Amino acid sequence: MKNEYFEYTVGEDGIAIITIDQVNNPTNLFSFGFIQEYQQAALAAIADDTVSGVIVTSGQRMFMPGADLRELKTLGADPENQFRETMKVHQQFRAIETGGKPFVAAINGTAMGGGLELCLTCHHRIAINHPKIKLGFPEAKVGLLPGGGGVAKTPYLMGIQNALTYLLQGLEVRPDKALKDGLIHDLATSQEELMAKAKQWISENPNPVQPWDEKKKRIPGGGLQTPNGFQTFMGVMGNLNKMTHGNYPGMNYILKITHDGLSLPIDRALEIEARYFIKVAGTKEAKNMIRTGFMEMQAAKKGKARPKNEPKYEVKKLGILGAGMMGAGIAYVSARAGMDVVLKDVTMEGAERGKDYSRKLLQKKIAKGRSTQEKADTLLAKIHTTADPKAMEGCDLVIEAVFENVELKAKVTKETEAVLDASKVYASNTSTIPITLLAKASDRPEYFIGIHFFSPVDRMPLVEIIVGEKTESKAIAAAVDYTVAIGKIPIVVNDSRGFYTSRCFGTFVNEGMYLLEEGVPPAMIENIAKQKGMPVGPLAVHDEVTLTLSKHIMDSDPRKATSPEMQRAYAIVSKMIDNGRTSKKDGAGFYEYPKGGKKKLWEGLGDLFPSRVDALDKTTVAKRLLHRQALEAYRCLEEGVLNTVADGDIGSVLGWGFPIFTGGALSYIDFVGIQNFVADCDNFKAQYGDRWQVPASLRAMAEGGKSIHQFKQQARATA
Amino acid sequence: MQAYIYDAIRTVRGKGNKKGAMMGVTPVSLATQVLKELRQKHDFDPELVEDVILGCVTQIGDQGANIAKTAAQLSGYGDHLCGVSLNRFCGSGLEAINQAAAYVKSGFSELLIAGGVESMSRVKMGSDGGAMMLDPTVAINGNIVPQGISADLIATKYGFSRKDADELGYHSQMRAIQAEKEGRFISRIPVKDVNGIDILNTDENIRPNTTVEGLASLQPSFAMMGAMAGFDAVAINRYPEVEEINHIHHAGNSSAIVDGAAVALIGSKEAGEKMGLNPRAIVKAVAVYGTDPTIMLTGPAPASRKALKQAGMSVSDIDLFEVNEAFAAVPLRFMQDMGVSYDKVNVNGGAIALGHPLGATGCMLMGTLLDELERQNKTTGLVTLCIGGGMGIATIVERI
Repeated sequence: MKNEYFEYTVGEDGIAIITIDQVNNPTNLFSFGFIQEYQQAALAAIADDTVSGVIVTSGQRMFMPGADLRELKTLGADPENQFRETMKVHQQFRAIETGGKPFVAAINGTAMGGGLELCLTCHHRIAINHPKIKLGFPEAKVGLLPGGGGVAKTPYLMGIQNALTYLLQGLEVRPDKALKDGLIHDLATSQEELMAKAKQWISENPNPVQPWDEKKKRIPGGGLQTPNGFQTFMGVMGNLNKMTHGNYPGMNYILKITHDGLSLPIDRALEIEARYFIKVAGTKEAKNMIRTGFMEMQAAKKGKARPKNEPKYEVKKLGILGAGMMGAGIAYVSARAGMDVVLKDVTMEGAERGKDYSRKLLQKKIAKGRSTQEKADTLLAKIHTTADPKAMEGCDLVIEAVFENVELKAKVTKETEAVLDASKVYASNTSTIPITLLAKASDRPEYFIGIHFFSPVDRMPLVEIIVGEKTESKAIAAAVDYTVAIGKIPIVVNDSRGFYTSRCFGTFVNEGMYLLEEGVPPAMIENIAKQKGMPVGPLAVHDEVTLTLSKHIMDSDPRKATSPEMQRAYAIVSKMIDNGRTSKKDGAGFYEYPKGGKKKLWEGLGDLFPSRVDALDKTTVAKRLLHRQALEAYRCLEEGVLNTVADGDIGSVLGWGFPIFTGGALSYIDFVGIQNFVADCDNFKAQYGDRWQVPASLRAMAEGGKSIHQFKQQARATA
Repeated sequence: MQAYIYDAIRTVRGKGNKKGAMMGVTPVSLATQVLKELRQKHDFDPELVEDVILGCVTQIGDQGANIAKTAAQLSGYGDHLCGVSLNRFCGSGLEAINQAAAYVKSGFSELLIAGGVESMSRVKMGSDGGAMMLDPTVAINGNIVPQGISADLIATKYGFSRKDADELGYHSQMRAIQAEKEGRFISRIPVKDVNGIDILNTDENIRPNTTVEGLASLQPSFAMMGAMAGFDAVAINRYPEVEEINHIHHAGNSSAIVDGAAVALIGSKEAGEKMGLNPRAIVKAVAVYGTDPTIMLTGPAPASRKALKQAGMSVSDIDLFEVNEAFAAVPLRFMQDMGVSYDKVNVNGGAIALGHPLGATGCMLMGTLLDELERQNKTTGLVTLCIGGGMGIATIVERI
């Protein structure tokens, strides 16, 4: 028997094999359609006296990497119906588990989320021990929780603490680790051995019982209602709260299901799991995380932003000007993607130092067993160091990453264009200087573009592509195609001082400084920022980017002369610098950085900026720190710096760590409610000044009860 | 109608661990011994007593199944004597007194026994589980942390140093030693075995060789927990103005874990006449008040203010205070908040020296206060305790 989901065969040995091969999906997915067909086939196998057991395996490279998240939308808005449907699925799987016939999951590819939960409904799990095969429950990462029995069952396999680590962190592990932790029972080295072991197990275990169905069912390490269980659970809760500040309902619910259900019969525990699964699927946090963190990022990663009609722009040879930290990082990620890289610096020594960055990264990888000397050598052989501008000849793309100085950049642009083929694209990795300004040095500004990497390049997934006034679509296609080729996520924005990410990030940093100046205790500013989901407080992150850089950027910004806001920020930064407080790098900023110790807010801050606990209420502090970024993001959208809401969201989450559960800096406006947002900003404008001015188009959307995702071009026109 | 306290007595307190003298004594036996002693001491007609209200925090195991009625039955007062166990955490023993006073003052009852019992050696603190610390809906949303973290948070937020706490711990010991030396604990009884042999006849936890230097060398008890289990960060969630928690509390400046029981005889004027007893004090005001559950232990001051207001008194009208020394920061914060001098607070030491048998402490403090008011020939006293969940409880009494 064969359908669009799997093939069902019965061998002469009486063992049925379900080979999952979903022809209408990009990969095998845990979907309602599949589940229905699978359960029918499985129950038929149980009813069939000639079948002694069932092996479930995959006909594709992956076993089943997850559930079909698109289906969440089709669940409808009626929780009662969702609950009924979810429980039906559980009841059928329970009938299979308790049907008296052995089911073995022969895991021959990655099985995650719903795919792994399918494996948990089998009595025995064997996986091919290949490092590319991953097992785990990633649901928490998209704001959900494993709703196919994963939360209720995993503690029976590995104890409370370990299970919660898997579930809350969304661990993805290799088969050997999964075996060690109890997630699977056995390993195989090949497909043949896998099937042989599965068949043998079936013949030896004609009537298996799941651990949660055993008469004396027990949780390894003890249940929750034991002194050990109390301690473990309280520690897990405390640490979750420490990491997430309670911002992720899905994770809270994973704990809640465990707390409420672990001591109950499995069917009742699954019922609790189902109730919270439905609850979490309806939360705005989960919807935001699925939309921005999954759907939109996937689309962006595939190059959604590229102009449709441009032919693919292939980069075989990449030139990099400047082998500093950024240039060195770009060289590494590009060589890793198989490109030939010419890494140029003023001196050969400088270029080699840049290449050393790759050498060190690779050494670390080898030490951790994540690469081999051979692979490292191949990669390093692709990076050619030089001090000669003429070496850029023959490059398909050149990325300039020299010091942020307009004259210097102009000089290297001219040097390079002298040897670069006129049909090739030239990019600047500037983080602040307008591309249109830099393109003035170019003879072919139509092929001049900004490709803004984030530091450290090898770890930061975002690339901000900046389109100058004269940049043509071929250059955009080139930048997007290159970014996709190196496995990073591009957003395409239009030129503006600070572009999109630096501009909005700057508002966060500045607002933090204003609050400090207004007498809010610095610890409160930092802690509230983190509580609201920012990875680092505005003062700490300012120390990291350095106050000297801030000052330099403002010095080179012509708007400083007329902007009281910028003058205010400038005065604060100057005051700090005058007191010898410059950066983390120098060991002295808003924080002190004791050698070998934890950073601590600088005691002298209290003298420079006297503070009071009740200077401002916590809600206002929180709103000022977050709203301010969102308002600036909206301005970028309205001014056309951003092309889409999705770009704004992705850029904020990946670029400067805006909290994903809000959906990103623009979706944040919906998250707090567009009308609330506008009212808060109006209120803040009256108290704190014009930076809180609400754009007319945003006000109109609020009055019309619109979602930020309904932003249309005409909103721009009416601005 | 008024409610009078005719007497308040307590057992000695034994260390609440494997080496504690009273570990072999069940909590029912502890409660029964104080009940019997109360009757023997005053020789009243047991038929007059209607009910026994006992505070007990960890109502599981030996302390489960309504220990108050169990002890009432065993005390031989008669089948008529009822019993009810209550749990207002550390305020339970005082809550029992307040409820009894309310029964009497309302006219619904004439004579009751109120008190508390806790054998912390036999029934481990926290072994009754509960949703407050464990249910994610409560604990995560409420930023609930263990009490030691709350105590350290108080110290951090209100500026009490390790030295401040150690000095209070030291004085608690020295005052208790002095009180012991002078025989001030007159309402204390020994705990006996089945043969009538004294198992313990003095408070076991007092440490005469305590020094400030010795205390200074102890490791803080909650630093590890605060870091490893994330609780420091959870507390800071609620108090973002705090950069990091200053962990100042340890075994030498926090209440000791002990066993013990206490009861008070509370009745109307008429009941006293029937018994032929003079009251020791009148209950002037009782109050509870809830504050933020994360910092948890700052309830005594607002509860005391509420009681003072009810009594029409000001803080300067109070001659002596008993503020439970759950952690040094609790009385330190109380004194700071209320503007009260240490000369008037816990003058015979507190739970740091003597121990804090959870459900019994409130009633024990009342007995200690009455003894001391009489000794100093003072009039008005206030008992207050901090309580889990952020509550505070206070009772004001006046000598007759």
